[in-house]
Amino acid sequence: MRTARVITILAITIIAISPTVQSDSEQIILASHCPPGFELTDDNACKCRNMYQQYESLRGSGVGGLKTGLPAIRDGFSPQQIDLGRYLFFDPVLSVDGSLACSSCHDPNYGFSDGKGRAVGMDGAIVQRGAPSLWNVAFLQSLFWDARASTLEEQMQGPLYSAEEMGNTPAKLAATLNNIPAYRRLFADAFPSAQKDIRVQDVHTAITAFESSLVSLNSRYDHYAHGYHEALNENEIEGLNIFRSFVARCAECHTPPLFTNQQVAVLGTPEPDGLPLDQGAQKTYADPKFRAGFKVPSLRNVARTAPYMHSGTFETLKETVAFYTKGRGHAVPEGEDLKLHWHIWEPDLSDRELDRLVDFLETLTDEGFMPQIPQRLPSGLKPGLVRNENK
Amino acid sequence: MKWKMLMIWLVLLAVGILAGKFLFKSKPTSTALTPVKLYEAQGGYTPGLAGADTALAGFKGEIIEVRNGDKIQDAVKKANPGDLIRVYPGSYRETVYIDKDDISFQGIIIEGEWPTLDGGKELNDGFLYSGNGIIIENFKIINYKGNGIMGQAGNNFVIRNNWVVDAGVYGIFPEFGKNGLVEHNVLSGIEDAAIYVGMCDNIDVLHNETYESVAGIEIENSRHCLVENNYTHNNTGGLLVFITPGLPIKTCFDIIVRNNFVVDNNLENFAAPGSIVSGIPQGTGILIMAADDVTLEGNIITGNNNAGITITDLTLVANVATDPESEPNPDRLVILDNFMSNNGNDPGGQLKALMATQMESKGPDIIHFGGGSGGCILDKNKYRTFGLEDYGQCQVRTSIAVKSYMLAEPVPPRDISAEEKGKLTFYGVCSGCHAYGIRMIGPPTRDLQAIYNNNPQGIVDYITNPIRRRENYPEMPPQNYLSEETRMAVAEYMLTVEK
Repeated sequence: MRTARVITILAITIIAISPTVQSDSEQIILASHCPPGFELTDDNACKCRNMYQQYESLRGSGVGGLKTGLPAIRDGFSPQQIDLGRYLFFDPVLSVDGSLACSSCHDPNYGFSDGKGRAVGMDGAIVQRGAPSLWNVAFLQSLFWDARASTLEEQMQGPLYSAEEMGNTPAKLAATLNNIPAYRRLFADAFPSAQKDIRVQDVHTAITAFESSLVSLNSRYDHYAHGYHEALNENEIEGLNIFRSFVARCAECHTPPLFTNQQVAVLGTPEPDGLPLDQGAQKTYADPKFRAGFKVPSLRNVARTAPYMHSGTFETLKETVAFYTKGRGHAVPEGEDLKLHWHIWEPDLSDRELDRLVDFLETLTDEGFMPQIPQRLPSGLKPGLVRNENK
Repeated sequence: MKWKMLMIWLVLLAVGILAGKFLFKSKPTSTALTPVKLYEAQGGYTPGLAGADTALAGFKGEIIEVRNGDKIQDAVKKANPGDLIRVYPGSYRETVYIDKDDISFQGIIIEGEWPTLDGGKELNDGFLYSGNGIIIENFKIINYKGNGIMGQAGNNFVIRNNWVVDAGVYGIFPEFGKNGLVEHNVLSGIEDAAIYVGMCDNIDVLHNETYESVAGIEIENSRHCLVENNYTHNNTGGLLVFITPGLPIKTCFDIIVRNNFVVDNNLENFAAPGSIVSGIPQGTGILIMAADDVTLEGNIITGNNNAGITITDLTLVANVATDPESEPNPDRLVILDNFMSNNGNDPGGQLKALMATQMESKGPDIIHFGGGSGGCILDKNKYRTFGLEDYGQCQVRTSIAVKSYMLAEPVPPRDISAEEKGKLTFYGVCSGCHAYGIRMIGPPTRDLQAIYNNNPQGIVDYITNPIRRRENYPEMPPQNYLSEETRMAVAEYMLTVEK
C-alpha cells in the first residue's frame, strides 16, 4: 500500500517536471538589479532603504510612535539570490507531487496570504492555522503563529517538509531540483562559490532572500507619520486616535511603525465551529501560561488578508475589532484557565468607534513594491496560486 | 471697636479684590511667561514657570491663543515647531493629539480658574502626543476614559503643574520616551497608575502629589530615572518600580527613589480585573518587582498597612505572563537611610499567612520575597525586616551626587544629510516604479537623468503635480505628501544614481 503510494507520487512528479527536463532554450536570466526598496551596494548586496531610517527608536527596539525607527531588518542578499528565490517561491516543483508552491498559500493577490481561515495543504488537507501575510516578514524576530522559529530558513522547513503541507523531504527536493538543468544554471549564478550540485540550504537561502524583499512602508498612514497630515481624512485620524488611545489599546501590542511589538499574547479568541482550543505557544515555551498565546501579527496590509486571527475565526475587520470590546475572556471555553493578556479588558467601544478603527486599519495598505509573478518557471510548471474551488 | 476694625478690613478687602480683578482682567497675558525649555530646567529644582526674562528672550516661535469656545486642536493644526499654544480658562471637551515636534502648551490660570480639558467620561484621552520636545503645563484634566496625558515615543518632554482628576487608566503616561521631566503635577482618582513611566529612559519625576489612585507612581521597564520629593498617599500602592514581562523592552534598572513621602497607601484596590496592578495588595508603600539597581534613600514611609517596602521577584503577581527574555529577580537593591514607622498594621493575604508562620500578626517595614541577590542595607537594625538575611552592609551612604537623570542636552534628532534623506526617499518611494536601466512601471531613472540634467527643480515641479507625458506609461501619482525639502533632496539624489 505504502509502496504503491510512493510510486504514484514519483510518477506524478516525473510527469509534472518532465517538460522542463527537455528544454532550457529560452533561458531565464536572473535579475542583476535589486527589487524596489533596496539599494545595490558595490559588493552586489541589496540593502533596504526606507524613510523610517531617518529616525531612532528607544534602545533600538523598533517600537514607539509615528517617527520611530523600525526593528532590524534581514537584508544584504544579492539580486540574483532574491530573483532565484522568486522563481522558487512560485514553483510547485518544491512540493512532493508538484501540486503546491509557497505562493499557493502566500499568494500576492491575497496580500501574500490565501484568503482562507486555515491554509489548505496536500490533497486538500485543511491545516490547523491560517497562512500569515509575508509583507515585511524580514523585520520579524520570530515566525509561525506560535513563535517557534527564529529565522525564515527554519520557518520554511515547516511547510516544505510537513506531510500535510508540501510533503517534501530535503533529499527529494535536492534531487528534483538537480534534475532540472535550468535550476542548476540559476543556482550556479546565484551561489557562485557553492559546489556543483544544488543544496537545500541554498534553496532555503534564496527563498529567504525573496521573502525578505517584500517591504510595505509607504501607505497613506506612512505619509501621515512622516508629516503630511492631509494624507488621512477626519474619520481615519479619529480611528488612529482610538487605535493608540489607552481605551482601545491597540497600539500597545500593534506598535508602530511595524504595528507589532513581536511578543506573544493570550487573547482568548474563539476557534471556528467545532474545533478544540489551539494551545498555541504553550508548546513552544513548554509553559501553560502561554496556553492559547499567539504572536502579535503586523497589521500592515491587514485589509488585504481577511479572514483574521490564527484560525480565521473572524471574516471582517469589523468583527475582529469588535472581539476586543465584548468582554475579557468572553470566548474562552468553559474549564479553560487562560492567562489572558492584561490589555484585554472591557473598553466599551461604541459601534462608531469600531467603524473608525476599521477606517484607520484600511490606511495601512500599500502594495507599491509588489513583485512580479514569473511568467515561466524553470520547472516548466505553472506558478502556484490560491485555488478557489467554490468560485 | 472690634466690629469697626472688621468693617474696615472688609472694605479694604473688597477694594483689593476689585483692583486685583481689574489688573488681572486688563492684560492677563502680560503676567504669563513662556515655559522653561528643557535644557534650562537642568540642575535641580525649577519653579513651574520661568521666573526670568531669559525664557522670553530665547523664545522665537509664534504664540497662538486659545479661549473658551475655541478648539485647542485647531491651534495644533496651525502650529509649527517652536510655537507656543496658550490656553485660557474655560472647558475644552476634546482629545488634543500632537504629531508635530517642539510644540508647547501652556494653560493660563486666572484667579484660580483653570483651562480644563473635560472628557465628559466619553472621550478617551486628554493629550496624546508622538512628537519630540512637547511641553504641557498648567492644565486641569478631568473625566477621560483612557489617559490624561499620554506620550508615544516623544523625547525631551516636560509635563508640569497639571491637575489631573479621574482621567481614566493612567493620569500621566509617557511611553517610549527619552529625556523627560514630570514635575509639580497633582493627580487623583486614577484606576491604574497616576504617574506611569513606561519603557522610557532618563526621566525625572519630581515634586508630584498622587492620591486616591490604585498606584501613585509607577516606573516600569525603564532605566535611569530619578523619583524625588513626591508625596504619594492614600493609594492602594504608593510607589512601584518593576518589570512587566511580555513587553518589547525588557529591563528596568538604575532607578533612584529619594526623599518621597509614601504615606497611608491603604486604599481598596479598584483596578480593572486582569490588569497588572489589580494584584497589588492594598497597604503597599513601595514595591520593587524584578527591577535591578534601585536605590531607596531619604523616603518617609509611614502608615502603609501591608508593608512599607516590598521587594519581590515576578512570582508575587500571579496574573503576569512569564517571559523567557525577562530576568525575574530584583538584584543589587540599595536601601540607604529611610524613615519608616507604623507600617504593616493590617497585612493581607499572602503576607499575612507568611507572617503567621513567624508568629507575627503585623506586616514588616521591609520584606524581600523570592529571588534576587547583591542587595545591601545601610542600617538594618532600625527596621522590622523579613527575608533580608542575604543583604550586606551598603558601602555608599548617599546617592545625592546624582542631581538629575535627565540629559545635559536634549536628545538630538537623528543627524541625517540631505543626500541621505534623498537616498532613503528614492529607494523607499521612487524605486517602486523607477529602476536605473530598465523599464518598470515608470521610465528608467537613466532616461529621466538625461531629461532633467542639472535641473532638480524640474523634477520637484513634475512630481508635485505630474501630468501624463508618455502614451505608453501610466500617469504618475503626485508625491506632494513629501515635504518640499524632501522632494528637492530626492530630486537631487535621483540625478546622481549610477545603477
